[in-house]
Amino acid sequence: MATKLIPKELAKKEDRLAPGHRMCAGCAAPIIVRQILTAIDDPVVITNATGCLEVATSIYPYSSWRVPWMHNAFENSASTASGVEAAYRSLVRQGKIEERNVRFIAFGGDGGTYDIGIQALSGAVERGHQFLYVCYDNGAYMNTGIQRSSATPFGAATTTSPAGKAVPGKQQFRKDLTAIMAAHNIPYVAQGAPSQWRDLMQKARKAVNCGGAAFMNVLASCNRGWRHKTEETIELTQLAVDTCYWPLYEVENGAWRLTYRPKERRPVEEWLKRQGRFRHLFRPENRHLIDELQADIDRRWESLLKLCGEA
Amino acid sequence: MSTFEALTGDNAVAMAMRQINPDVVAAYPITPQTETVEFFAEYVADGLVDTEFVCVESEHSAMSACVGAASAGARVMTATAANGLALMWEIVYIAASNRCPIVMCLVNRALSAPINIHCDHSDVMGMRDAGWIILFSESGQEAYDNMIQAVRIAEHPDVLLPVAVCQDGFITSHGMERVEVFEDADVKAFVGEYKPQWPLLDIENPKTFGPLDFYDYYYEHKRQQVLAMENATRVILDVAAEFNKQFNRSYGLFEAYKLDDAEAAVVVANSTAGTAKVVVDQLRGEGLKVGLLKPRVFRPFPAREMAEALSGVKAVAVMDRSISFGAMDNAGPLYLEIVAALTRHGVQVPVSDYVFGLGGRDIVPREIEGVYRDALKAAETGQVENVVTYLSVRE
Repeated sequence: MATKLIPKELAKKEDRLAPGHRMCAGCAAPIIVRQILTAIDDPVVITNATGCLEVATSIYPYSSWRVPWMHNAFENSASTASGVEAAYRSLVRQGKIEERNVRFIAFGGDGGTYDIGIQALSGAVERGHQFLYVCYDNGAYMNTGIQRSSATPFGAATTTSPAGKAVPGKQQFRKDLTAIMAAHNIPYVAQGAPSQWRDLMQKARKAVNCGGAAFMNVLASCNRGWRHKTEETIELTQLAVDTCYWPLYEVENGAWRLTYRPKERRPVEEWLKRQGRFRHLFRPENRHLIDELQADIDRRWESLLKLCGEA
Repeated sequence: MSTFEALTGDNAVAMAMRQINPDVVAAYPITPQTETVEFFAEYVADGLVDTEFVCVESEHSAMSACVGAASAGARVMTATAANGLALMWEIVYIAASNRCPIVMCLVNRALSAPINIHCDHSDVMGMRDAGWIILFSESGQEAYDNMIQAVRIAEHPDVLLPVAVCQDGFITSHGMERVEVFEDADVKAFVGEYKPQWPLLDIENPKTFGPLDFYDYYYEHKRQQVLAMENATRVILDVAAEFNKQFNRSYGLFEAYKLDDAEAAVVVANSTAGTAKVVVDQLRGEGLKVGLLKPRVFRPFPAREMAEALSGVKAVAVMDRSISFGAMDNAGPLYLEIVAALTRHGVQVPVSDYVFGLGGRDIVPREIEGVYRDALKAAETGQVENVVTYLSVRE
């Protein structure tokens, strides 16, 4: 019997990611990791791309991981997981180790997933390894100093797309990685946010039980890069969901389904104005950029509604 | 009873892999294409092995998956060549540093650019500081024998380092030869069962692999890699002795061919050593005192032993199938190592370097004979005319 997704039951479970790690106060990544690992009752083995989560939880000779965990390099969390999973299948099949219903989970940030790791991810899911890849998307290379990635929102200021006099922040719209992963026709793909914890945990459960490769893209605020107060993490991820910048949905065996519909859609401006990385957009000469971003969000939301049969 | 089969080098290595029956093989067959992987895929398709075959989307992922599988606690193998090895680069270092006992068939081919695909040693020479044990093979037979021994060397608790088993691209890899293939059961018994000491898949005893390791410990971990490399020499010789007892073929750190009373010696690795033996025999027929030193173990480099083997000669000519651009005299890596080894161990003889065969340029006995005649002259005069000669190149 799976643990019920209610706080009273979940609180009894041991944290698989121990407290005392060195992630920043207010970082969403460890919250997401704990939500996902708490949702899963089976044994887990984790691979982790180079990034904040990796460096802040494994500074030798300390480790925050109470489960088997391995880091290999930046771009290969998925291919490393495919090797671990292949080893497990081989050893179980040959009777060299016991079948334990082990769940394999690969974690990576948006840089390690959208950019440098996309080939390894695409290859690993195409091969059908039974594992869940979780991208915690904070919209930039935060670990190395807030450089732009292909997940960075349009208009955001980063250290490699600064808001200058001639160029006001990032000039490109975000890559839609969740849709790219859905196009791989794997059994389960979902987009989640830590503010909708039950939705996220249910998705994690579905993902590890889907019988094949699964991918989850989870919005993770980084207060250092987004520039907001540390206590606003959950509020700002929820605002991203309610502005439809980050819709919550799943694609199960090809069927698209919206898992959360905001009661009232909020304009993206409400989300932008709470974050320092968008401050320059509110100068009069940059107002049109907010309109462009809103139009892009509207277009993507409409197309998602169509895919989900809710248009 | 062993049998004799007509096999290419690629096929001989694949045959060894079938008999070793590794738990996981992760490989990408095409940068450039290595037939070994195709032969092995047939064994998988025909149910002749228990291996989980991960046909990855790139060599970078091949080595990444190998590191994952080896950390998990599996016996792991792969195969690659040239640019494929170059694409693996980052993870080649990680495999050694994380002490993953992976065995890799490495078909030596020229690195791009220009794109070439034919034999030279530029690929393996680039990985010489990566922390892998590197074995050369003169023939398909030696590649087969080395693969079987490599498993034991890599997995030895005092070593735990990955091993690359080299053979020459096309010349050996695609050349068919008579190969002695041992009984499956004998190979199985020789390699034994792999018992990983710290498998990631030990769920009850969770471990953290590949942590962030700063200035307070990183250096000590590098020092441990040096110790493992030091231990490897003894283990390589022990495994060779056991192999000889079981299969009746003798291997050492290198092969000394008619070196005992030689005045001029050539040092050359892989298939060209076979051609050089023919030249040695011809020149010996003329009464000339010539010999050959054929390196087998390139990492760890057996400097003392090689210097000892060359201590009686009056001149040495090294033949390099790659160039270390911008290194001393723009010579090849093998020359640099040999010069250092001889100097370090007090063997004062003239040493010259002959770069040859780049990008698969053919090397014929007449050219090797020229190298020997130069060396004999140097033995007589105590001088080398040219420190580095680019053999048969159009200037």
